[in-house]
Amino acid sequence: MTQPTKDAPRAYRPEMSRLWWLGRRSYVFFVLRELSSIFVAWSVVFLLLMIRAVAQGDSQYRDFLDWAASPWVVALNVVTLAFLVLHSVTWFNLTPAAAVVKLRGQRVPPAAIAGGAYAGWVVVTALVVALVVTR
Amino acid sequence: MARRTIEPVLWLLFSAGGVVSALFLPALVFLFALAIPLGWIDEPGRDELLGLLGHPLTALVLLGVFVLSLLHWAQRFRYALFDGLKLKAHQRLINTVVYALALLGSLAAVVVLWQAVSARNA
Repeated sequence: MTQPTKDAPRAYRPEMSRLWWLGRRSYVFFVLRELSSIFVAWSVVFLLLMIRAVAQGDSQYRDFLDWAASPWVVALNVVTLAFLVLHSVTWFNLTPAAAVVKLRGQRVPPAAIAGGAYAGWVVVTALVVALVVTR
Repeated sequence: MARRTIEPVLWLLFSAGGVVSALFLPALVFLFALAIPLGWIDEPGRDELLGLLGHPLTALVLLGVFVLSLLHWAQRFRYALFDGLKLKAHQRLINTVVYALALLGSLAAVVVLWQAVSARNA
């Protein structure tokens, strides 16, 4: 009987391109959803720059508003808002899968959980807008 | 028994950050990145805005939103690089850089919000 050579039983490793996700629309959507996290991080950076300018003084606050109104910053932030909405919608749609709630032994229907998440979004948004607009 | 790892904690923070960023960030970015700079709503004066942002309660809520959002980014971005761009071979480097950035951002959030609270009291 012959011994198998050292490298004979090699695991099959299919070659996958780094751009494997371009092949199908649902894969592209998955990658876009994951990329929304970059825009979550950018939002935090932007808001921190804004708060720092407000804390520093009137002229810094003016300069910040001018910078924020410049075309490339506006363009970036339009894209950012689109990705944030994508993040919120996909996140709330997945909430029923992540949180199985039972009430008096009955499973709360997934639609009700998603509905509750969306209701929470509306409430928080209304609260934030009211606080900023009325001040 | 399975080896103890920090991974479940990171996923928990990822989820918490996913929730708070989904709830708060669209409204905040719409207002402060578009509506106010582009003049869609009456521009708040610096003092009014400081009164709101430098309030200890606001600052505390914002700190929670910012830190959890950064941890959400860290976990999701790591896995986007590992699985999306197949960079799992560089896991150690990616972990270090991503979590160093999240930590730096969190420290910056503490400093900036503290500045706002002190400026309001001044």
